[in-house]
Amino acid sequence: MSMTRDIPAPVPRRRMPQSLIAARNIVAFLTRSPTSLFGLVVLALLILVALFAPLIATHDPYAQNLQATLQPPSGTHFFGTDELGRDIFSRLVHGSRITLTIISLVTVVVGPLGLFFGTVAGYFGGKVDTVLMRITDIFLSFPSLILSLAFVAALGPSLNNAIIAIALTAWPPIARLARAETLTFRQADYIAAARLQGASSARIIWKSIVPMCLPSVTIRLTLNMATVILTAAGLGFLGLGAQPPLPEWGAMIATGRRYMIDSWWLVTFPGIAILCVSLAFNLLGDGLRDALDPKQMNKR
Amino acid sequence: MKPIIIDRLSISFGPIRVLHDVSFDVTAGECFGLVGESGSGKSTILRCASMLTDIWDGTVRIGEHDVRKMPVAERCRTVQMVFQDPYGSLHPRHSIRTALDEGLRINGFDDREARLAQAMRDVGLPVEFLDRYPHQLSGGQRQRVAIARALILEPDVLFLDEPTSALDVSVQAEVLNLLVRLQQEKGFTYLMVSHDLAVVDHMCDRFAIMQHGRIVEVLDRDAITGGGATQPYAKQLIDASLEYERAI
Ligand SMILES: Nc1ncnc2c1ncn2[C@@H]1O[C@H](COP(=O)(O)OP(=O)(O)OP(=O)(O)O)[C@@H](O)[C@H]1O
Ligand SMILES: [Mg+2]
Repeated sequence: MSMTRDIPAPVPRRRMPQSLIAARNIVAFLTRSPTSLFGLVVLALLILVALFAPLIATHDPYAQNLQATLQPPSGTHFFGTDELGRDIFSRLVHGSRITLTIISLVTVVVGPLGLFFGTVAGYFGGKVDTVLMRITDIFLSFPSLILSLAFVAALGPSLNNAIIAIALTAWPPIARLARAETLTFRQADYIAAARLQGASSARIIWKSIVPMCLPSVTIRLTLNMATVILTAAGLGFLGLGAQPPLPEWGAMIATGRRYMIDSWWLVTFPGIAILCVSLAFNLLGDGLRDALDPKQMNKR
Repeated sequence: MKPIIIDRLSISFGPIRVLHDVSFDVTAGECFGLVGESGSGKSTILRCASMLTDIWDGTVRIGEHDVRKMPVAERCRTVQMVFQDPYGSLHPRHSIRTALDEGLRINGFDDREARLAQAMRDVGLPVEFLDRYPHQLSGGQRQRVAIARALILEPDVLFLDEPTSALDVSVQAEVLNLLVRLQQEKGFTYLMVSHDLAVVDHMCDRFAIMQHGRIVEVLDRDAITGGGATQPYAKQLIDASLEYERAI
């Protein structure tokens, strides 16, 4: 018995590295293909810029200068100035914080919500499945932008309401996916074994089913982020998302479009930012799909 | 050691009746075999008796108690099962430690580290393997882990659903010998499904032959070589398997 006490001691130290190793391998795999590397770099850039926005920005994003409106790009204003003389580069830099907030809040709401509905419906089946999936169908049957519009119109336009509205429309596909995944292995012998060990349904869903659904849900969430960013920008453009003077990218395009003919820089730079970030998420999602493939995972 | 008494067990999936009034007894400490063609309902008997499905009729008693009336915790510590396919019965993302430890946690065992190590030694695996994942083990090693997972809860009865059919022949013998040794050490009652009469001959004291969800005949081990079968289907099955063995 003294033997047994000695050997298992390094448990907690050993378990952390396992997930770290997995994470490292996934990142290593992603950097190997140029497209997913692009996604990774853009995402890293977005996070860095958002973190250090005050250091990177050359001007105060809200400071108006009516002497220098609609200046073309130059040494002092990298991306020019807008109709109120605000520096577009600084506004873009600060706008990355808004984009990142939207992305992370939507992920935090949509991932767990979709996983919960999907795994519960798939695991229990029968009436529970019918009820939960009908609810999901109702949300799915509205085009997401229309539903967000209705929601924002009801609650009043603001960034927070836009985030809630986007989250409301983004979870049903995740729930569908998690349910389909759950159905494929709810009959598996390891689930039966867990039940024979006396595990409750909640425990089985949390410990056995959720880990199996996570890879595909992560991929789907990443791919969805492109849509989320576009919807947020769309709401901003329609004046239903972030309110002026917040430097939200979609709202910047909306105000800039009046001066578009003479001052191309007003809409071009926010447009490129939106394009890059949503493209990055799409490419990253594609890369993750390969990286999280079970056959790849097993090579770790 | 606990006996198993199965009395008029029947089950239907939709309109199809899969088991028709199956009754048999297994005495305490015995190894009882279930033999029959594919689809005859052998696995279904185990799934019913272990309450993985509860839509059946009839009674199953293990020891003194009706399995239907046993509290979940007591049932877990009375019956455990080893599944047919060691590739499907271990969670691919759980380390061996997690797989074994779950049962201990759920059932509130103390001194878990020592029990984990003991279970690994019982099934002849190195204790270091606790930190491996299923894909890092061979089929035979996985099946040993599955056996360890079953016996770590100290059950009285083990259901074995073709525990060796997914393994190659040399590993089959190892796992069977392990099961025989464990039975001698711990006094398990075994209810074992197999389609291989050689395995039944090696392991079981008595066995039942099944066809289309019915028990055709319950026989002693000697009946395999001694020709004690009286029912035509039982005779046919035994003859066919003897012939097959002679052929190889
Ligand atoms: N959940 C289910 N729903 C519908 N039919 C089922 C279900 N489970 C089993 N059956 C049917 O019950 C019958 C018996 O199945 P069972 O798995 O018990 O066979 P078995 O004797 O174990 O066969 P094998 O040797 O191939 O494992 C089969 O005809 C099968 O189609
Ligand atoms: Mg079977």
